[in-house]
Amino acid sequence: MNTEILSPVLIVIVTFLLAAPLGKYIAKVFKGEKTFLDFFAPLENFIFRIAGTDPQKEMDWKENIKALLTINFLWFLWAIVILAFQNLLFMNPDNIIAMEPTQAFNTAVSFMTNTNLQHYSGETGASYLTQLIVFCFLQFVSAGTGIAAAALVFKALSNRSGNNLGNFYNLLLKSCTRILLPLAVIVALILIFNGTPVTFQGAEQVITLQGDTVSVARGPVAPMVAIKQLGTNGGGFFGPNSAHPFENPNYITNITELASILLIPVAMIFALGYYLNRRKFSVMILSVMLLGFTCLAASSIYFEMNGNPEIEKFGISQPLGNMEGKEVRFGPSLSALWGIATTSTSNGSVNSMHDSSTPISNLMQMLGMQLNAFFGGVGVGFINMFVFIILAVFISGLMVGRTPELFGKKIEAKEIKIAIIVALIHPLIILSGTALASHIWAASADPAGSLKWLNNPSFHGFSEMLYEFTSAGANNGSGMEGLSDNTPFWNIAAGIVMLIGRFIPIIGPVAIAGFISAKKFTPESAGSLKPDSVIFGVVLFSVILILGALLFFPGLALGPVSEYFSIMK
Amino acid sequence: MLNNIKQSLILSGITIILFGIIYPLFIFAAGQLMPEKSEGTPVIASGRIVGFENIGQSFTEDKYFNGRPSAVGYDAASTGGSNKGNSNPEYLEEVKSRIDTFLVHNPDVNKKDIPSELVTASGSGIDPNITTDAALIQISRIAKVRGISEVRLEELVREYTEKKYLGLLGIEKVNLLKLNIALDKIN
Repeated sequence: MNTEILSPVLIVIVTFLLAAPLGKYIAKVFKGEKTFLDFFAPLENFIFRIAGTDPQKEMDWKENIKALLTINFLWFLWAIVILAFQNLLFMNPDNIIAMEPTQAFNTAVSFMTNTNLQHYSGETGASYLTQLIVFCFLQFVSAGTGIAAAALVFKALSNRSGNNLGNFYNLLLKSCTRILLPLAVIVALILIFNGTPVTFQGAEQVITLQGDTVSVARGPVAPMVAIKQLGTNGGGFFGPNSAHPFENPNYITNITELASILLIPVAMIFALGYYLNRRKFSVMILSVMLLGFTCLAASSIYFEMNGNPEIEKFGISQPLGNMEGKEVRFGPSLSALWGIATTSTSNGSVNSMHDSSTPISNLMQMLGMQLNAFFGGVGVGFINMFVFIILAVFISGLMVGRTPELFGKKIEAKEIKIAIIVALIHPLIILSGTALASHIWAASADPAGSLKWLNNPSFHGFSEMLYEFTSAGANNGSGMEGLSDNTPFWNIAAGIVMLIGRFIPIIGPVAIAGFISAKKFTPESAGSLKPDSVIFGVVLFSVILILGALLFFPGLALGPVSEYFSIMK
Repeated sequence: MLNNIKQSLILSGITIILFGIIYPLFIFAAGQLMPEKSEGTPVIASGRIVGFENIGQSFTEDKYFNGRPSAVGYDAASTGGSNKGNSNPEYLEEVKSRIDTFLVHNPDVNKKDIPSELVTASGSGIDPNITTDAALIQISRIAKVRGISEVRLEELVREYTEKKYLGLLGIEKVNLLKLNIALDKIN
């Protein structure tokens, strides 16, 4: 038997074993209970004193969203200014030039929204200063924003009746200092120990054994890789991301980084159970997520390990599987698992090139981002799931002819309307973006000569465009990198899609949570819907699948599905 | 609103220092405990730096164990993959011609024994490894060029093989740079 499939199974199990205690800890942080990292408290209090923030002062959902949007806007300004002037600043040993305006816009939006779509290449497009004070910084706080937003929803669900959802600034800072920072330090140290560099020296010229002269780009890689994996950011130091041997030198770093992708998104669901004291509810959500995740991952692993049927026709052997765009030290099974982990969690880092994955893997990767509910990004993963839960509660209520209820609170027209809008905006921005791009391509007299977007013809070329908008809309950040996306059209279009795809799915659910929180509590009775039951899990899974399938399958049929049938044995 | 802006400004300023400067510097300082590794692990042979342990380099000459094709010509300052799709006809032509080239250089090898990794480009363009099997099928060519016995070469490949963890996890492979340095030392 091929032992290669053992690694993926093992990684998922270990991640869950680590996520359970982490979830318990996260719940304590949100509640302000005592933890073993309380030595951060003086630092946090000092920061709040200077900023004039009273961390105990709770705010309603509107005030919290205002705070969230204000601080995010400031981050955007900070990022775009540094990117546009990085050539004039220090810590730039390789003399990297400033970003062109639309690229700077796209990149600033991308890192602020936790997307990390990269229309530049790390080693040639960003100075060391930019990598640290813009990218590394935003990778912490954008992840913290998502976690804090989820904490607001947690609070709303636990309220008996009231408007206060907690203090966003307090939750943001603590998510960064108490959750992300300690984990990032641990992961960064594991990486350095295994050969990921952390240096401020520029590229090194070497003459190779064969006598070629090559320049080897380096930099402060380890700290950034750690946080990009943990915070579902995904923006790598180098162009090929975690396929680059400096970002991901061996098997140990590969499984560490893979587990880091899934760790916090899974832990957030455990945290929900501990926070609300409804463990069964979080087990139900995790089961739905794990089921979806396993379906996607198993299909992708199967097809990657089977190899490319077109290459099989040449009569050579594919002992490992589909190796184009993959590294020998990872092999197809762990590359495929990574591909699904990174897309279903909105991480977006890669350890193989998705443009060279088999068509069915592309299908599964895109579905991961389109459904965007199987674990999802840090914090926002739960928030997306919350929208589906509201819809599932509504549908279940209709089926049994009762007023829909969640935890003793009525779900009424206003909440359902918001949930529907949020659920529909996601496919709307993805599909209309793709339609626009396809139209421009089709209307151009000589697209291959004048637009030069696509690296591959036919169905696969369409997939490249669909993937890009899917990735932007889901705030994922991975890409089928053959797409030449550093053009004003792609920079601006993807930038707008990322903004909508980030803030609507945060504002909407937090508003729903705010409304629910303020409602009168009626104790659950024998007739109430049991949101922690298996039946509800089945309804929830069906809602996700049916919504996703109906909305996205026509698009997917034109891309990966058609490509699959065109090269089938 | 003003109060929001003031809080946001100060909080941002301090977190930039904390996460953009202090955190990376702390990791950098920790890295100084492992100075070689934090510099990227340079490899020294015959008195000079010939590369970095984990950064693959181009080995195309018949006297060396050859590596995988690279979409960027093993340029370690501008790395990347081919990004060609499975069905792309141009790409498939390229793979076919790589197979033919390989057979010309390795006339003793059966076509069906060529592992696909030797004719497909890696994701980073600087993959430092090939599998043990991919090294073994190159032995007869190297033996002829260098006049070393095949048995000795096979021993060398086995010696430089990085085994699976616990005998189960991962892929059996060789680091080409280390293997080829050892190969040069034999002659």
